[in-house]
Amino acid sequence: MKQLLRMAWQNLNRNRRRSFFSALALGMGISLLLLMAAVLDGEYRDALDAAIRLQSGHLQVRALTFDEGKTSLAWTDLIEKPGDLAMRISTLAPVLAATPRLIASGFVAGSDQSVGVRLFGIDPSSPASAPYQQGLKSGAWLTSDDRDGVLVGEKLAAQLNLNAGDKLNLTTNTSNGDVDQQAFVVRGIYSTRTPGFDNTTVLMPLVKAQAFTQAGDHASLIFVLLNDIDQTEPVKTALQTATYDVRTWSQLNDVVVQTQRLSQSYMVMLYLIVLAITATVVVNTLIMAAFERTREIGILSAIGMRPGTIMALFLIESAFLALGGIAIGLVLGGALVAYGTLVGFFIGDVGATGLLVGSTIYAHLTVGDAVNLIVAGLVVTLVGALFPAMMASRMEPVKALRGG
Amino acid sequence: MEVARVEHASKVYKIGEVETHALNDASVTIASGEFTALVGPSGSGKTTLLQLIGCLDQPTSGAVFVAGKDVSRLNRNQRADMRRDTIGFVFQFFALIPTLTAFENVELPMLLGANKLSDGERRKRVTSLLESVELADRAANRPDQMSGGQQQRVAIARALASKPTFILADEPTANLDTANGKQIMDIMTRLNQETGVTFVFATHDQRVISYARRIVTMRDGRIVES
Ligand SMILES: Nc1ncnc2c1ncn2[C@@H]1O[C@H](COP(=O)(O)OP(=O)(O)OP(=O)(O)O)[C@@H](O)[C@H]1O
Ligand SMILES: [Mg+2]
Repeated sequence: MKQLLRMAWQNLNRNRRRSFFSALALGMGISLLLLMAAVLDGEYRDALDAAIRLQSGHLQVRALTFDEGKTSLAWTDLIEKPGDLAMRISTLAPVLAATPRLIASGFVAGSDQSVGVRLFGIDPSSPASAPYQQGLKSGAWLTSDDRDGVLVGEKLAAQLNLNAGDKLNLTTNTSNGDVDQQAFVVRGIYSTRTPGFDNTTVLMPLVKAQAFTQAGDHASLIFVLLNDIDQTEPVKTALQTATYDVRTWSQLNDVVVQTQRLSQSYMVMLYLIVLAITATVVVNTLIMAAFERTREIGILSAIGMRPGTIMALFLIESAFLALGGIAIGLVLGGALVAYGTLVGFFIGDVGATGLLVGSTIYAHLTVGDAVNLIVAGLVVTLVGALFPAMMASRMEPVKALRGG
Repeated sequence: MEVARVEHASKVYKIGEVETHALNDASVTIASGEFTALVGPSGSGKTTLLQLIGCLDQPTSGAVFVAGKDVSRLNRNQRADMRRDTIGFVFQFFALIPTLTAFENVELPMLLGANKLSDGERRKRVTSLLESVELADRAANRPDQMSGGQQQRVAIARALASKPTFILADEPTANLDTANGKQIMDIMTRLNQETGVTFVFATHDQRVISYARRIVTMRDGRIVES
């Protein structure tokens, strides 16, 4: 066995350039797949992370009849005395923050166009509002008692040509089914670096939002952030009562979660396709080697090496090539992934509906992805190598030895 | 005692429509300890006969017995084991493995064997085999670092490695000059006398034939004299 490994190694060394390029083909395939897997994973992680931080929270507590598609402001669809409920939820140990939010739809009438917007009534002092505050680009953050100030997302502000200090005319639906209109002052412009959020959302203090929409002491939902995402289910169980509907982040972001699953299965197919292509390079190398070494295989056979052992010799050679390719792939791919993780890839504004995608994608490589890829690379190459290995093992020693 | 026997063996090669009767109802018995030359004009079937006796190929009809076993009843692995355990080969074109040193080439058949020697014993045996073909000082050389005669002597040492009952040599001196050819024949003769291993060698060369104690003559795939 030791001798077989040495022979396999020396055989690859005979045509170093060819062996290197075969391994390189596999390595390039693996490095690109590694990068793709990492980018895809990073994208979904960021999307989910953004969705949780900005929009859904880890959990939401809402009225049983609440329907997020409608943003109904009817009192029966809202939570009464949300401040008290949020306070009670905050006392649970795993909860980082629990804060009432009121969500209304409306539009901003600009000088030449009206733009549909989403009104977010938030508690400016809650830690849950930090992502918006951290993203403040210009102007000042809201105070809870501000009665005519709003914050406008960067994209929306650009579209409406608004700057901090400008006036804007906001129209909203109200709880009793009317519409109301009021002039506000743009206190500041914020950016969450998530264009899909920033181009529709206007933030105002909860109290003002309640007054503007005539919602009284009601909120659409209690937005709950946890210290640890893994605590979601236990906290949900603790919060669940007959009077409220408690939703988890995965229910609230089912589009993201399902898209992620789907794209993971696409990735597996892509793995197999790319690896099959690179494996043909290795297989081709081995076929050439088998033909070149016809005589030598005949000698081995003549001195009594069994067909199975000759096959093993070729499989070991292919395993060496595969391992070399994997090593190259990990180095090249590691460099690409490191770049993608630290610097990221700027993609601009491509937020799809239901998917909050940052303007820069950061790669994130999971150990699972890397291990899957290494195993897949090795297995696909070895399976491909079965053919030339069998071919070599079936060569007739006679043919191999005639005619020098 | 016989080591191999060929009974009414024929071998027909077919290339497209053309049939070549390389061997035509040939029968011959090789006894233990023989030093036999297989002679005959080019194309008379010498190589073909050696391949049948060597379990490298099967006859189209007739039977070949090696070590008392009917070769046609053996599967590929059993034939490989038969070659490994009972037969040594020396070919016209010094068939060594180019990536291995002289030492490793001689060692290889022993690594394939089931009854493995210890590392120490194996090394000792390789060294003594190389000494017996007067190549102790070339152990570390690869084939491309040796002359043809030296390579052929390594091949003889390798053929002896797994203690075969007989060695088949197909024109072992055809690619060598007279001096080297003579050295090969002297070594083979000595090994035959010292170890009792049987040699069968095919040749055209009159000087080589003169070493033989038995001569089997072939013509047109038939054994005309033995
Ligand atoms: N693989 C093959 N396919 C077709 N014909 C073959 C094959 N091998 C040998 N022959 C033919 O069989 C006949 C016997 O060949 P063989 O090699 O046994 O002769 P030989 O006595 O060894 O000749 P030489 O002295 O030239 O080596 C020849 O006519 C040869 O052309
Ligand atoms: Mg011949």
